[in-house]
Amino acid sequence: MPTIATLTRNLERNRVYRSIVRRGLADTNRNRSLAVFGNFFLHIHPVKVNVRAIAFTRTFYLGGLAAATYLILVVTGVFLMFYYHPSVPRAYEDMKDLQFAVYMGPFLRNLHRWGAHAMVALVLLHMVRVFFAGAYRPPREFNWVLGVVLLILTILLSYTGYLLPWDQLAFWGVTVGTNMADAVPGVGKHVKFLLLGGHSVNENALLRFYVLHCVVLPLFLVLALSVHIWRVRKDGGIYLGTPGGDDSDRTKGEP
Amino acid sequence: MPLLDDLKLDLDDAQRSRRAFLGVVAGGALGSAGLGTGITAVRYLWPEVLFEAETRFRVGRPEEIPPGTLVSLPEQRIYVVHGAEGFFAMTAVCTHLGCLTRYEADQNRIFCPCHGSRFSSTGEVTNGPAPMPLPRLEIALEQGVLVVDAAKIVEPTRVLKV
Repeated sequence: MPTIATLTRNLERNRVYRSIVRRGLADTNRNRSLAVFGNFFLHIHPVKVNVRAIAFTRTFYLGGLAAATYLILVVTGVFLMFYYHPSVPRAYEDMKDLQFAVYMGPFLRNLHRWGAHAMVALVLLHMVRVFFAGAYRPPREFNWVLGVVLLILTILLSYTGYLLPWDQLAFWGVTVGTNMADAVPGVGKHVKFLLLGGHSVNENALLRFYVLHCVVLPLFLVLALSVHIWRVRKDGGIYLGTPGGDDSDRTKGEP
Repeated sequence: MPLLDDLKLDLDDAQRSRRAFLGVVAGGALGSAGLGTGITAVRYLWPEVLFEAETRFRVGRPEEIPPGTLVSLPEQRIYVVHGAEGFFAMTAVCTHLGCLTRYEADQNRIFCPCHGSRFSSTGEVTNGPAPMPLPRLEIALEQGVLVVDAAKIVEPTRVLKV
């Protein structure tokens, strides 16, 4: 009868296991650090984090929650794509099928919708938190700019997704939105034409919004988000300075 | 990135300038290739052929529309009016942000459901955010049938006398 201890010992000696996870299971501080250091999924945080940086009341985990809602939106969105044709009038019918006929369709559709609302709210709250913490101050000012880019991408994703149900709300919402683009002096007319792929909201517009919503904008968001998080790491993690004060607080660390 | 000087290469000035020259040539080639690709990509997204509805359509015989009536054609997004002075056509698309308006016969007014703009039955703004009256469209009599071109805007006083 093998005990858990012998099983883990054998696992540690297994070549396949060791090729994936190079560290053994030895429960030492050094090994724990190395395990985090050498793991793609864990290295979103540094190996050692200031305890003040991970206090809930410092960040309310708003950035992480926004990223988590994005993950939910990607997963539910991919599921919705299996039943959705971006064509007229199939789009509306598929949306109705998802709501009434598809197993778990209403759950996925509602989760996608509420996730989208939550993501916009969380991104805005995250920006408010960063603003009041003064974390946009040098040397992090460009990361604030990246944050604004991410906010714009989030709103554009929301807006392009708004057309896809192809109902009255979607149709007139996008009519109004593209006419706002039309109002821009000079280029507005061309921007509207390019967005819609024509002169009115029709099947060309639906397909364009679909491609933007499902491929183009999510890719740009992942790119911008990667740089955003990477820069937080390179600037020494979560900003710990005093609001309105100097940056020296960050370097003092815990006693 | 190491600078050229850090490499301590045994280069004389002539060679340095050749390197600089090639750098400019390579940069220019890459830049113009990138610019060309960008322009081509945007141009690609410009549709060549559009499968959109015809903007000219036959409305009906003028004698079918008695004086003082407004005919609403939501599919074509136009109104045809037989007023005191004659026939005129106007767009049913709101001048605010492009929603489709509707004619409310009981109050003899045109109403936009998106942001509440209201127009008189001749197209003047009476309420709401619409910045200008509903423009009149070209209307003509062809072989006894009224024909409207929704793509051609005419002056707001033009009427067709039949």
